[in-house]
Amino acid sequence: MKDDLFQGYKGKALELLKKYNVRVWGQAMIDTTRGQFNGTVLPRAENDDDQHIVLKIETGYNVGVDISTITEMKETGFKKANYKIPEKDFPYTENLPSVKLFGTGGTIASRLDYRTGAVIPAFSPGELYGAVPELADICNLTTEKVFAVFSENMGPEQYKKLAIAIGKEIENGIEGIVIGHGTDTLHHTSAALTYMVQNSPVPIVLVGSQRSSDRPSSDAALNLMHAMHAAGHSDIAEVMVCMFGPTSDEFGLLHKGTRVRKMHSSYRSTFRTIGDTPLATIDRKKITPIKKNYNPRRKDRNVTIKPYFSDKVTMMYYYPGMKPDTLDALVDNGYKGIVIVGTGLGHVNKELYPAIKRAAAKGVHMYMTLQTIWGYVHMFVYDTGRDLMAMGIVPAGNMLPEVAFIKLGWVLGQTDDPEEVKELMLTPINDDITKREPYNGYLVYQGGIPEVEEFIRKVHK
Amino acid sequence: MSKSIDSRKNYEKTKKEIGYVARKDATQKDYDRIGFMSGLEVHQQLNTKEKLFCRCPAGVFHENDDYDAEVIRHMRPTLSELGEYDGTALMEFKTRKEIIYKINNETACTYEVDDTPPFKIDKEALEIAIEISLLSKLNIVGEVHITRKQYLDGSIPTGFQRTAIIGVEGEIQLKNKKIRLIQLSLEEDSCREISDIGHTRVYKTDRLGMPLIETVTYPEFVNPDEVMEGCNYIRFLNRSTDKVRTGIGAGRQDVNVSCKGGTRVEIKGVAHTKWIPELTHNECFRQWALLNVRKKLKESVSNSKKWKISSKEITCAEIGLKNKIVIEAENNGEKVVAVNLPGFNGILSHFTQPGKIFLDEISDRLKVIACIEKPNIASFEALENKLSKSESEKLAEVLKAKEKDAQFIFWGPEDDIKTALETIEERCIMAFEGVPNETRKSFADGSTIFERVLPGADRMYPDTDSAPIPLQNSYIESLKKDIPMDVIDRMEQMKKWGIPEDTFTYLLKNNLVPLIERINKELKVDAKFLGTILGHRLKYIEGHYNKSVDFDYKIIYALFKYLKSQKLDFGIAREMLPILYQHPKMEFESVLTSLKFKKRNKEELTAPIGFLKEKFKETGKKKTKENEINWVMGELRKQAVGNLDLKDLRKQIENN
Ligand SMILES: [Zn+2]
Repeated sequence: MKDDLFQGYKGKALELLKKYNVRVWGQAMIDTTRGQFNGTVLPRAENDDDQHIVLKIETGYNVGVDISTITEMKETGFKKANYKIPEKDFPYTENLPSVKLFGTGGTIASRLDYRTGAVIPAFSPGELYGAVPELADICNLTTEKVFAVFSENMGPEQYKKLAIAIGKEIENGIEGIVIGHGTDTLHHTSAALTYMVQNSPVPIVLVGSQRSSDRPSSDAALNLMHAMHAAGHSDIAEVMVCMFGPTSDEFGLLHKGTRVRKMHSSYRSTFRTIGDTPLATIDRKKITPIKKNYNPRRKDRNVTIKPYFSDKVTMMYYYPGMKPDTLDALVDNGYKGIVIVGTGLGHVNKELYPAIKRAAAKGVHMYMTLQTIWGYVHMFVYDTGRDLMAMGIVPAGNMLPEVAFIKLGWVLGQTDDPEEVKELMLTPINDDITKREPYNGYLVYQGGIPEVEEFIRKVHK
Repeated sequence: MSKSIDSRKNYEKTKKEIGYVARKDATQKDYDRIGFMSGLEVHQQLNTKEKLFCRCPAGVFHENDDYDAEVIRHMRPTLSELGEYDGTALMEFKTRKEIIYKINNETACTYEVDDTPPFKIDKEALEIAIEISLLSKLNIVGEVHITRKQYLDGSIPTGFQRTAIIGVEGEIQLKNKKIRLIQLSLEEDSCREISDIGHTRVYKTDRLGMPLIETVTYPEFVNPDEVMEGCNYIRFLNRSTDKVRTGIGAGRQDVNVSCKGGTRVEIKGVAHTKWIPELTHNECFRQWALLNVRKKLKESVSNSKKWKISSKEITCAEIGLKNKIVIEAENNGEKVVAVNLPGFNGILSHFTQPGKIFLDEISDRLKVIACIEKPNIASFEALENKLSKSESEKLAEVLKAKEKDAQFIFWGPEDDIKTALETIEERCIMAFEGVPNETRKSFADGSTIFERVLPGADRMYPDTDSAPIPLQNSYIESLKKDIPMDVIDRMEQMKKWGIPEDTFTYLLKNNLVPLIERINKELKVDAKFLGTILGHRLKYIEGHYNKSVDFDYKIIYALFKYLKSQKLDFGIAREMLPILYQHPKMEFESVLTSLKFKKRNKEELTAPIGFLKEKFKETGKKKTKENEINWVMGELRKQAVGNLDLKDLRKQIENN
């Protein structure tokens, strides 16, 4: 643990600290050609350069001292910070539902990580209670850290592990499940869990936060309260995503795990149900259904866990001028399933035809989804579409591209018989393909036009 | 039954007890007696095109109802980097405020409402901040680290201000002493508050995110005037770069004050430097008074550790209360609560500030922390909303009060009562300690009210959204080349020129000394004359005419250049300035025409002197030499202006 004395420092900066015997968390007096600096030496983020030493000065601010200006350095004291979210026992309340929180990483409740300079999650019920005491009024909480990965590192192995853990918890009689998750691939995981955990008798709610809980305006606390509320009290026993409705701290939305998508890189209200309406709105007091039909909560424990996934599945985002060798390369590398994300109603150009034929001949399963995100694949309308179907590409209805990818992976994890694959792919599971698109399913407002401006002024967006 | 107190008399008595003196009568001796100590945090907006962390325009402002959208947020305290919760944060959380932001698309993007991470720091702002840091003799940091400073009042939608230290440990030179500087930081400005009523606070986001610097001094000022001198100095220094904003709200300061045995109290957002002396004077005496309260409480309360308030919900009828405000509140469903403070008899009406008593300290906190609008409190010991003798006797009876106790009632919405009672007890317990650490809001009359608990270093957190910015030596050296002369040297320069001292503030505030220097050097116009015409005449014009948006001080150089080229007397600038101030685009020649100016040579002008002297005899005026000269001057003055120095003209009349 010797290196811990100089957390994060490397190269020249590390040499200098060692030379003057000044440690991280040591109080230092540093003379430089720019004058004197006094403060506590802080750890340095791993990716920052080796030319500066970080000090927390007495007023609480951090400053960096350029090592090339340092003429003398002295450690005058030492005090290690004890960074900890206050941990209090999560109180047990009679008559409140029992909810399990699975941790996967992500920023639901978090603290600073000096190594990366980013935030790392806080997680135990005690920590969560310390940070969001209101949770104790909603449910009796237990937690389990299944693994800790960043959202972008979630993948098939994690989906399977989660599904199995959920299955066990349901058998043990839990009344609701919450999964804390980074937001980037939240909708991939929600789709995967929809396929892997079927016929659940209790709500399974995925939740994240767009602003980490180390900031006062974080959406984490409210999202967490909403998610616990949904898991413990809602009648909707489906895999759902629970995130902000508007960017204001007002209410959350419950989205079906197969119809939801992250639509903005940084907004709080980034998750949207596509091609349909969300399941319900939710606040701390009530859940207001939007959709009338859903799988209701049950007393039995008859859940089916199907933890299958083939990693020989890929996606191909089509662009004008795409060359056939891109598709050939995928096939040559052994991919068995390809979700094509086509233009318009589901098209790619003629130049790709030979490659498509070769792929089909090799038994590759190809499904067409849309770059437009909204709407159905309609391959009968133009000749191109008919040609593509004739070559073996199957239109995937209004399945979202990411959902189609997850589903194809899940299906190919079970069979590679073309007819069985097609049957499984096109049989809707929890509305991954819907029969109809409601008129209010597609809503992308156009800022600037008078009626939208009026709406925005009146309604908190 | 508690001892009955004449609140007005007690106010006067305690005021005398602590040796309060009005500021106009106060001497350094008085300030030394109570241990006056003060430091400054001077804020100055920088004149950049764009905001600090996003590319919205800076310096565009809107009316309150000129907005496109509203966003609602609640703030929740988070841990500091060192793992502590900040006191202010917890207080603000207690208030349960709903914060509404009114957003105008022109001046706010997704960054302002915290829906997008920060963009790169504005380079222009960073350079100005470094320049001012160099002027302030600060040690420039090697790497700028963006820090988050928590503000849970909602004034910033993220819940924190992004701020960064540019330099530490500097100094400024006042007339008689040096004041050391702790640091200078570059930060984003906050929202402007529209309203704050009950549990709803409304802000607009136009000012939010504009670059601002904060210069912090050590608490080394020992009297109110010195604080003002220091504040002026820092503001002049900032202005001397010509790169900072001017106008209302562009410069604001927080003033820290303590007395001997007191605590650091921060008077926030002082809009005008001239308010500083009265505010610091009163704050220092307020603390002195609170120490007297502590002394008295020590005598009347034997065990302060176990001290508790007692309270009871009552009805107006129960104590025969006639106060219309309270009765109306009760009719509106608000609760009325009677409170007994053991051992506090005579404390509630103890002097704190001119016109204010200890009870106000409680009332202020009820408004801010429990969100109960004022008036919210009534007592026999109050100066306003006084309970009658019979009312307070009933009150004491209901509360089973003892002789040394004090009572009051407060009223407010049911949901706020719990917080209110906690707040009252908390404030009273603080009285045993002396002076609470707090920030206070200032008023033009020199009084202050409680604003919030004083935040500590615990509210700082590194900004995980932005990378540190290294400042290389070469970069700093290149900025050093452009920095202006020290303010203290400017003052010396003006003295040397013989410019009257009463113009200094105006000339420095508007950074006009470099202009004087340039005109003096290049056009050979007398600097003393220039100092007077700018420091007196221009100042007068500013106060009496409407300024055109196009008016720029640069025009004054052009004016003198023109006068010189036309061989006109510079004195006519006095008459031309008001016109140029209102119509800066007017040609100088047209200005002269509008003044009915005609070019004449000395001979032409002085020719009629003899004739006029004859004419003077026909006037009814007393025939003294002085009157004669003045009368002739009066007749010739108008034509002479611009053609002849008036002093010269006078000489001509005298000698004719
Ligand atoms: Zn912006």
